[in-house]
Amino acid sequence: MLLEVEGLCVNYGHIEAIRDISFGVPEGTITTLIGANGAGKTTTLKTLSGLRKVRAGTVKFEGRDITSIPPYERVEMGISQSPEGRGIFPGMTVTENLDMGAYVRRDRKSTAYEQDLERVFTLFPRLAERRQQVAGTMSGGEQQMLAIGRALMARPRLVLLDEPSMGLAPKLIQQIFDIITEINQQGTTVLLVEQNAAQSLKRAHTAHILETGQIVRSGTGAELAGDEAVKAAYLGGDV
Amino acid sequence: MTNKSSAGFRQRIIALPKPAKIALWVALAVLAYALPLLEPPLISTPGTDFGGVLFTVTVYCMVALGLNIVVGYAGLLDLGYVGFYAIGAYTAAILTSFHASWPLLLAIPVAVAVTMVSGVLLGAPTLRVRGDYLAIVTLGFGEIIRLTAVNIEWLGAAKGISAIQRPPSIELFEIPHLFWDGAVPLVDPDDTTTFLEFGVLDQIPYYWLGLTVVIVLLFADRLIKDSRVGRAWEATREDEDAAELMGVPTFRFKLLAFSTGAFIGGLAGALYASRQSFINPMSFLLLFSILFLAAVVVGGQGNRWGVIVGAIVVAYLPERFREFSEFRVLVFGLALMLLSSFRPEGLLPPRRTVRAKQLEHEIEALEEGQLEEEEAARG
Repeated sequence: MLLEVEGLCVNYGHIEAIRDISFGVPEGTITTLIGANGAGKTTTLKTLSGLRKVRAGTVKFEGRDITSIPPYERVEMGISQSPEGRGIFPGMTVTENLDMGAYVRRDRKSTAYEQDLERVFTLFPRLAERRQQVAGTMSGGEQQMLAIGRALMARPRLVLLDEPSMGLAPKLIQQIFDIITEINQQGTTVLLVEQNAAQSLKRAHTAHILETGQIVRSGTGAELAGDEAVKAAYLGGDV
Repeated sequence: MTNKSSAGFRQRIIALPKPAKIALWVALAVLAYALPLLEPPLISTPGTDFGGVLFTVTVYCMVALGLNIVVGYAGLLDLGYVGFYAIGAYTAAILTSFHASWPLLLAIPVAVAVTMVSGVLLGAPTLRVRGDYLAIVTLGFGEIIRLTAVNIEWLGAAKGISAIQRPPSIELFEIPHLFWDGAVPLVDPDDTTTFLEFGVLDQIPYYWLGLTVVIVLLFADRLIKDSRVGRAWEATREDEDAAELMGVPTFRFKLLAFSTGAFIGGLAGALYASRQSFINPMSFLLLFSILFLAAVVVGGQGNRWGVIVGAIVVAYLPERFREFSEFRVLVFGLALMLLSSFRPEGLLPPRRTVRAKQLEHEIEALEEGQLEEEEAARG
């Protein structure tokens, strides 16, 4: 397991956002957490990246306990997150945003860095066209692409994607999921948090369903996609 | 339209070959140093000592550059910046006059260090709160510093501290001033400034000292802005959580911004105290925090040249229009209101703001163009 979560509990004040969840992310896979609004998906991701404090439980990365390590150190360890919605730096250009993604890297003038930049531009040709555009003036889909590309610039071992398909046109959703699969095939482990259950289950190796802060079902993507109860609740009865 | 012309001007300067650029800057610097000797009509302040006004302007420039790091770069609203200015001034005053008689040049580094430490002490507990809360805490800090000075006898209490030391003088040669007969400049051999005598009457050497500090700060500011530190500040200002996710220890960088700002504020305060040779708590009213912030906001927070312009507006204009006596404050207030309604991003906003605005216009134009095309196609 690249990432292991054991008995995780997270509170917002007195409200329990996450109650005792445990799951693992095997190296090289796409793991997905699906669930409705308010199920605790984003909270889980923020806890994994260190932005939220844990009430109980542990998070291990490569076998090392990282539960109380601050977010910026987790980035250096190889965990990178693409935040939900407009989590980019709106006043910076596309290139400057990507450059911030590589903030922890010491090789920012090397060819490896240039190659990674090119890799992002190959994955997202739209971004290549808009290198010098101020990010805040781009469309929602482009900002989402930028957030994912920026997360990749840190050369992460594990990338956490928070609702990459949110608010996108259907055609673009398909495209984003293709890109996520491609990123995974290039060797990066992916933890994907989504409301779009149909696409996520289709792409993921392992899936967990989150309801009101608890994991209620787990299985392979295909298993859950074929499950009648899951179909009824998350896939509109019919895929 | 003014946006465009200033951007065009900047482009033209950037396009100049490097030697020409350096020559241009040197010429500007020489002009700046010579300004109080030239006493150009219209610019020179009637009724007040021009050299003294110019020194005050340089102190405001330092303060604006320091506060710009806190507010403009790191995005931390500090309403108590005068507190750091006061700590610098009081440390210099205590060490050179009130409780010791250190030479000023030794007292200034200590004053600056003490101010930096105070910045860390204030920042460490308060920088965890965000936005408005920070503004309120810093507002309180500025007042606490002043009230402490008022109430503690060891700090001179309300009557203040006098006989603060001046910088050491090296009297080398005399430089004559110009005086103007209408539009004709004449050399006045009776009116001279001694290079370099920090005296009571002639404030020009203080101005030269202040200007030199400002120039050094401008270079340092440029280095730091373009460094990893500058990028970390920018990311923190734009989105703190996202910055953390990029690997930026935001708290540490906010603290660094705070203490760097404090450093510069303390330096400005110490120089101010030395020139005044007398300080009391009235020199550090809340009003000054607001004026300092006004300089940053009016000039264009985030742009070092913008805040310099802002400092000049805030420090120089009220002196220039002293002839309107009480009315000058009214005029000044009116000018600030007009500026904030017509140039809300400041007189010289940072390139980023200009760029974003231009882009918005372009996108709008494009969209309109597309609509028109579509309509034409349909029609």
